Amino acid sequence: MSEASISLDHVTKRYGGASTAAVEDLVMEMPAGRVTALVGPSGCGKTTILKMINRIIEPTSGRILVGGRDIQDLDPHALRRGIGYVIQQVGLFPHRTVDENIATVPKLLGWDRRRTERRIEELIEMVGLEPEMRDRYPAELSGGQQQRVGVARALAADPPVLLMDEPFAAVDPIVRVRLQDELRSLQAQLQKTIVFVTHDIDEAIKLGDQVAILDVGGALRQYAPPEEVLGKPANAFVEEFLGKERGLRRLSLIAVGDVSLEDGPTVSSDAGPAEAREVMAREGVDWVAVVRDGELRGWVWESELEPGRKMGDLAARPFLVRVTADNTLREALDAIVTSHNQVAVVYDGDRYAGMLTLDRISENLVP
Amino acid sequence: MPQRAFLATEPLIRWGWIWDHLEEIRTQTVEHFILTGIAVGIGFAIAMGLSIVALRFRRTYGPVTWVTGVLYTIPSLALFAFLVPYTGLSTLTAEIGLVSYTLLILVRNIVAGIDGVSPAVREAAVGMGYGRARLFLEIELPLALPVIVAGLRIATITVVGLVTITSIIGQGGLGLFILDGLRRDFYTPLIVGSVLSVVLAVVIDVALAGLEWLLSPWSRARTAG
Repeated sequence: MSEASISLDHVTKRYGGASTAAVEDLVMEMPAGRVTALVGPSGCGKTTILKMINRIIEPTSGRILVGGRDIQDLDPHALRRGIGYVIQQVGLFPHRTVDENIATVPKLLGWDRRRTERRIEELIEMVGLEPEMRDRYPAELSGGQQQRVGVARALAADPPVLLMDEPFAAVDPIVRVRLQDELRSLQAQLQKTIVFVTHDIDEAIKLGDQVAILDVGGALRQYAPPEEVLGKPANAFVEEFLGKERGLRRLSLIAVGDVSLEDGPTVSSDAGPAEAREVMAREGVDWVAVVRDGELRGWVWESELEPGRKMGDLAARPFLVRVTADNTLREALDAIVTSHNQVAVVYDGDRYAGMLTLDRISENLVP
Repeated sequence: MPQRAFLATEPLIRWGWIWDHLEEIRTQTVEHFILTGIAVGIGFAIAMGLSIVALRFRRTYGPVTWVTGVLYTIPSLALFAFLVPYTGLSTLTAEIGLVSYTLLILVRNIVAGIDGVSPAVREAAVGMGYGRARLFLEIELPLALPVIVAGLRIATITVVGLVTITSIIGQGGLGLFILDGLRRDFYTPLIVGSVLSVVLAVVIDVALAGLEWLLSPWSRARTAG
């Protein structure tokens, strides 16, 4: 199952006594090695879909294939040992240390101690935990650390498939962003088939290679890469679900490095006031940035120019917000609206790479 | 003064009697401990069985607590009187009575302990491939341990007290001294039996608390700030 795609083949789940189905005749292909984010309002069946994949919930009808095999033909315990499972409340075993928690599935699979030990060391490092935490009990860890242990435990036996049910919903926003970033870089190395359930559209867009937007009753309203969902919502439901900030959300999908930068109103530190005024007039601004040997010295107002003095001799004000090629356009926009100069200054290490303006950013949204 | 003379001749405790009966005191204390141990041991085994049934088939929990509750409320003397025609003045009679008093406490605590295990823990365990038996033995039972031991402690203290009554139906234990003291209006054995019974209860209680402390280091883990 190293290349494990997941197929849902006309899957229906009807809970006893319920008049409508939780999931109705769902057909869906979740590609191997990619992150499929299931997102939708409560009651859309996203968690039910997830739990049918490891048979915690059995479908009423239809087939589910994991790695090409019908999961109904597999022993449910064996199936689950081959699928990583991360839930919102983490569910670490309180009576077991971090080490013992991570070793859960290897122990169930009967790995020998040395192999398990090696794997634990690897995972502790991989998820960014400190080695001295290994002997601690879950109650001694913060929420973020607990969820890291939860992820390590799910990855312990190196399963090809990872099911994640709102894993970061219970931690505070700062830790959540960090965990999301870590999951992204982890996934870049590991290439697992991940099914990620969330109610947070931003999280789905950030983490999903594919985003499935579900309506009540498990109706699949759109299933596409995030860029496409944001750029071309398939219907009114998706549009409404994406909300009014669709444009801003699209910005968070584009990296600063992917757009062409402007040189902006810059002059060399050797230039005099006349040249500086010329640049300001050309760019239509009342300030100018000073560059020396490829490094940005800062900026000065037009009113601060002094006749006869080179730009490099003036006291320049520093740019406070730095943006790099890895930042998103949304972050660049934030830098623009919080700066005096209404530009985002982009650095490549310490070197000046260029500037982004509001005009340049909106060019990327309006085709 | 006659009153003073009486006190001088009849002290509350005659240390000489204790000294003469050391060997018997030791024997009966051990006997008391054994009667208690058997009752709690068998009671725990039966309670565990009943609890597993009640947890697996939820609808049986009501009837189980009802029946064990009725047993618990029967006065011990009446229960022994009722049993003697069938099982005689035997250890069996004593133990049936003693065991039946442990069941309600133990079943309630076992079920409450297992119910107290966080649903997230259970879901994570099932999601990782735990079967029902392994889930129970390796996850649920250890996590329920503090509540279960709390039940064991109460049950044991109850039984240590009740064992004193079983001497009425001819069993050994510290009750013999109490009975002897009552019959002869002689305080020394009465006090010896009562005090040792209390001491035994306290010692067993402390030992069980220590056992719990040893078995659940995780429950002492300090919470992250």
